[in-house]
Amino acid sequence: MNGLNVLAASTTSTGEAVQFWVLGTVAVIGALCTILMKRAVHSALCLAGTMIILAVFYLANGAYFLGIVQVVVYTGAIMMLFLFVVMLVGVTAADSLTETLKGQRWLAALCGLGFGVLLIAGIGNASLNNFSGLGAANGAYGGNVEGLAALIFTKYVFAFEITGALLISATVGAMVLTHRERTEPAKTQRELADQRVRGKHLPPLPAPGVYARHNAVDIAGLLPDGTPSELTVSKTLRDRGQIRDVSQQALDDIKALEQRSEERLGRKGPIGEVDKAGQGGGDGVAHDRNEEEATR
Amino acid sequence: MSPVNYLYLAALLFTIGATGVLLRRNAIVVFMCIELMLNACNLALVAFSRMHGNLDGQIIAFFTMVVAAAEVVVGLAIIVSLFRSRHSASVDDASLMKL
Repeated sequence: MNGLNVLAASTTSTGEAVQFWVLGTVAVIGALCTILMKRAVHSALCLAGTMIILAVFYLANGAYFLGIVQVVVYTGAIMMLFLFVVMLVGVTAADSLTETLKGQRWLAALCGLGFGVLLIAGIGNASLNNFSGLGAANGAYGGNVEGLAALIFTKYVFAFEITGALLISATVGAMVLTHRERTEPAKTQRELADQRVRGKHLPPLPAPGVYARHNAVDIAGLLPDGTPSELTVSKTLRDRGQIRDVSQQALDDIKALEQRSEERLGRKGPIGEVDKAGQGGGDGVAHDRNEEEATR
Repeated sequence: MSPVNYLYLAALLFTIGATGVLLRRNAIVVFMCIELMLNACNLALVAFSRMHGNLDGQIIAFFTMVVAAAEVVVGLAIIVSLFRSRHSASVDDASLMKL
């Protein structure tokens, strides 16, 4: 049990010091990113990284059971729950930048700084120099997990049972909070059919882009007279205002084609140059487009 | 290196989490910052457990994790139901308790 002997020493090994400084830096950066990132998803990922590093620190401190539980419960379950809710609530929901309280940000940063200084100064003043490692405590029952089990089921058994009640009430609470009561009776098939016939469109709505040259979902289909019909685009895209208008696209394409052919015909000088332009491939076409836009 | 450094790291992480709670408006991010503070406390408890040479600190950290799991479930349910009624996860918009 070499590891236990190391844990019993009063100062840590060089390897642990290196590990602490490298991973500790990363953990602090991750924590800072958690509070500074604009998107909630990025915050969640940074926090997950910090938690994994904390798991490594638990392992280094001889808390083998807690290290594994940290990975399984915190990064595995809790952070995934967070990500799930972030996806549910909306990934794009960024923080509002309007200040409701004047100067709140600066005051908050100042409070945090003062609190941190107090906390760290307090630790610095405490006499924490003599300490005994976990070697004896871990070895008493033959291992970390066995030692924890012996404590949980003897000294802390009442707290452990209370924990069960807490978990049950949390589960019931989550179910009650997210449950939605139906405020009106469910519609029957007859009513659904009537509702459908009552609308303007008896057949299904026209598909997007069918009558246009493109058939992407965000492009409104053209009616026989050439005007785009907004009904063909899904309601979500309509509400977001993400409809692409392609009624002028055909005319623009023809104009571009004419201009390009004019350029080609006008530039018909040395053969080598034409070949070079031809070899450009897709880039050459894109380049032409850019030129054409610049000339407009 | 003295293992007291773990306490300093825990204090730093706790401070960052507390600052985040004060700074951010998005309820989910505020909640993540609370999780960060709980984790920092756990790190301090584990370091104390090593210093005193007994496992009680680890037991308390274990119970903290269980309570944090229960808290996350209820808190996220509250955030989801708030989002349903208000279409926003900002804590400013939740200033009115009535719908």
